[in-house]
Amino acid sequence: MMSLIIFLGVVLILAIVFMIFRVSKLVSIAKGKSDDDRKGNSNKINASLFLVFMIGSLVWFFWYSFAHFDDYTLPIASEHGAITDNLFWITMGVTVVAFVIISIVMFIFIYQYQYREGQKAAYFPDSHVLELAWTIIPAIVLAVLIFTGLRAWNDITSPASKDAEMIEVIGQQFAWTVRYPGVKDKEFGVVNYKLIDNFGNEFGLDLTDKNSFDDFKSLELHLPVNKEILLKIRAKDVLHSVFLPHFRLKMDAVPGMPTQFKFKATKTTEQMRDELGDPNFNYEMACTEICGRGHFSMKMSVIVDDQETYERWKASQEAWLKQNPDYMKNVPVALKEAAMIKAGMQKDPGSTVAEVIE
Amino acid sequence: MATTDIHAHQDVHHHDDHGEHEHHETNFWRTYIFSEDHKVIAKQFLITGIFWALLGGTLSVIFRLQLGFPEMDLGWLKPVLGGWITPEGKLDPEFYLALVTMHGTIMVFFVLTAGLSGTFSNFLIPLQIGARDMASGFMNMLSYWFFFLSSVIMFTSLFLATGPASGGWTIYPPLSALPQAMSGSGLGMTLWLVAMALFIVSSLLGGINYITTVINMRTRGMSFTRMPLTIWAFFFTAIIGVLSFPVLFAAALLLIFDRSFGTSFYLSDIYIGGEALAHDGGSPILFQHLFWFLGHPEVYIVLLPALGLSSEIIATNARKPIFGYKAMIGSMLFIAILSFIVWAHHMFVTGMNPFLGSIFMLLTLIIAVPSAVKIFNYVTTLWKGNIRFTPAMLFSIGLVSFFLTGGITGIFLGNSAIDIQLHDTYFVVAHFHLVMGSASFFGMMAGVYHWFPKMFGRMMDNKLGYIHFWLTFVGVYLVFFPMHYIGIAGFPRRYYSWTNFETFSGFTDLNMLVSVAAIVTLSAQFIFLFNFFYSIFRGRLAPANPWQSNTLEWTTPRNPGHGNWVGEIPAVYRWPYDYSKPGAREDYIPQTIPYSETPESNLPHENELIKLESTSNGDGAIVVEGDKH
Repeated sequence: MMSLIIFLGVVLILAIVFMIFRVSKLVSIAKGKSDDDRKGNSNKINASLFLVFMIGSLVWFFWYSFAHFDDYTLPIASEHGAITDNLFWITMGVTVVAFVIISIVMFIFIYQYQYREGQKAAYFPDSHVLELAWTIIPAIVLAVLIFTGLRAWNDITSPASKDAEMIEVIGQQFAWTVRYPGVKDKEFGVVNYKLIDNFGNEFGLDLTDKNSFDDFKSLELHLPVNKEILLKIRAKDVLHSVFLPHFRLKMDAVPGMPTQFKFKATKTTEQMRDELGDPNFNYEMACTEICGRGHFSMKMSVIVDDQETYERWKASQEAWLKQNPDYMKNVPVALKEAAMIKAGMQKDPGSTVAEVIE
Repeated sequence: MATTDIHAHQDVHHHDDHGEHEHHETNFWRTYIFSEDHKVIAKQFLITGIFWALLGGTLSVIFRLQLGFPEMDLGWLKPVLGGWITPEGKLDPEFYLALVTMHGTIMVFFVLTAGLSGTFSNFLIPLQIGARDMASGFMNMLSYWFFFLSSVIMFTSLFLATGPASGGWTIYPPLSALPQAMSGSGLGMTLWLVAMALFIVSSLLGGINYITTVINMRTRGMSFTRMPLTIWAFFFTAIIGVLSFPVLFAAALLLIFDRSFGTSFYLSDIYIGGEALAHDGGSPILFQHLFWFLGHPEVYIVLLPALGLSSEIIATNARKPIFGYKAMIGSMLFIAILSFIVWAHHMFVTGMNPFLGSIFMLLTLIIAVPSAVKIFNYVTTLWKGNIRFTPAMLFSIGLVSFFLTGGITGIFLGNSAIDIQLHDTYFVVAHFHLVMGSASFFGMMAGVYHWFPKMFGRMMDNKLGYIHFWLTFVGVYLVFFPMHYIGIAGFPRRYYSWTNFETFSGFTDLNMLVSVAAIVTLSAQFIFLFNFFYSIFRGRLAPANPWQSNTLEWTTPRNPGHGNWVGEIPAVYRWPYDYSKPGAREDYIPQTIPYSETPESNLPHENELIKLESTSNGDGAIVVEGDKH
């Protein structure tokens, strides 16, 4: 009933508006007015509105940009993030100056050169000097921006050093998992997507490779501070994209084509909490490549620890093989003992001997 | 003028129109439905485009409701959306993605490609170059009907139980290739691909026609350097389309193979739905390269016609020659060429080789130079003008403003180092909606207001046009400008909701503002719709040349019939921008006025051209015209 009343109300209002339109139209025809609005006030009003719009929107733009600066800028927590943010703000400076000047000039021209009876426009079809000037000046400015950008890009994408901390991030619908190479061999075990199953081997770990025995899984991304990190990124099903907003890091996860991104975190979670005065602050990882129904919920917590805490945390994690002992059956017989030792399922007899001797 | 020659050349005229006489006497079906007349086909594209624009706009308002008012009970949409509204009165997350996808597809292809190019290339090319019709009226008709068929299929896909395509308008595989990845990748995706294949056929048929017509069918005197910028823009657009659309066709075809015939062009190493797929050796990145090889030129397919239309409108209403006519052509040519070699800037963080990234960054930022030249030239055209703010002029100024605001953010995104953070955030959404979406939409609106008198022989109401413009102009800025802030804050696009993340928990106020502005902007379009349809039937009768414009279309009768000109096609003697020429009696000199008639305003080198006018004015030239036809 209510919706019917609303509907009828809307129809009534539309009918009234239409009647007003019709009547005003007929009156203007009866008065013999032409539709040539140059002679009326419309031209002046439109010209003035442009000026009002220009002033109003520029004031709003500057006011909001300064007043809400902290709302829309994220704190930086990585080394290259400081560089790219710097580039961002340099570009912002250059473009805002250009934008403001062009906008003001354009809207002032629009206002100043509105139609006036008896006024004649200038016949000014071209000027090589002007055209050259505004081809060359933007070209120079852009060249500067390009070269600073290129330098930053080349640094960011250069190969990681050999002792970088390797961490693997795996995207799947709709969750992230992280694999660490383990504290014993510091090497990732080989994976093969055909070995993935629903019973536990979500990495597709190939247990014939001895490097896989001490790999461990985590549902949180732990990172060491001030150490170069090489994120190895892959996807199991469709495209995903690793996005660590505070670290200014983004890289797609592509099934069939492992990708990577190297970076250095500069602030631990604790430091960032202190800096922001927010004891509940947490780094987060999001997905930025549309991946289906749950795209918006692919969150992973990120914790940046100081070096010592990070190493302690790593040492305290159970190897994947220890958590999934059923998979011992896939380990070749010759490697079974080594696997048990590496996965921490049985003490290293060598070390026991050593202790005894001591 | 055309009409003065009727008697002198009546024989020629009959010879000329021999083929068309049959059409004049045909029935309703051949006149209005399966018409081969470029003007009717243009109107068909326009009306279909308006339908799609409304639908695309409505879809965006539905998902804006979700984003601006996440707590809102959307149960009242149940009669329309049915099962896509969950029992709790929320939008289904997968349908949200379907809305985003279809909004993008519809706006980019069906509105701003077919609706814009289809309408104005068809309508203006023959009228402005002085041709009786397109090179092939039949192909032109096919072009519309392939588009219609494509539209029907795309529209049908909206009603599938599994939903329309939902993987984003870029339909990246594997998401779009695997029905188990999301329900929209089932039949919805199949129909999307079929519809797009037909769309490409339509676009190619149209494009080949536009190119052929521009090259071969210009009237006497209409050299390339006397063509209005609109025609130059349509010409470049058609060339870009003919070169790039086939690549999308190939990409789509390979995707169809992967989906239906078990090939592995884009698929490899996939474990989904509890099983490892047999696909091996393909690359999802290959699809992205192919897609953006069309996708980026597509941006200019959408934008160039709008720039062409606004160049013409701004010159006419500023009563000044367009500043730097040759520079405008040059920058369009340069943009057209560069548009083919910048595609991978959409892919900086896809895992593509970083070296490739640096090359594409270089090329991408170069494209800012011709774009900047265009803006400066527009501004200089306004300088010392005598500006009439017709609705068309208002929309053209709006276009320049959006082109500036949205273009400048391209300098951030084209820089691969900065793009790492901004890629796939709302900053990108703001950028392309302003520079390509809104600018092109405004160009299209400007075109409709400006050429409505020629299309329907009547005038649209100016006052309603002003209201429509101001609501839309301010509305568009309120929708897209705040998105820059949201994007700098890192909010990813295509998110159903941000509440899962602390990082993205802010800006509920801005998101609400954006949604309200979107609703207002969409509502304002109904003012236009009313004005449009009302004026078709009840508008004031249009004078012959309502804007005192120089171009050829205004020399035709008020309602040009098939063949456009009664009698001989007028010859052209000058460029189209002789506005406010010093010494001239009026502030415009149509292209059909020979220099010999305007000694008072001729420039020195133009006086020398008078001799050529008389020699080329013989009957011989007309026979050539007849042969061409």
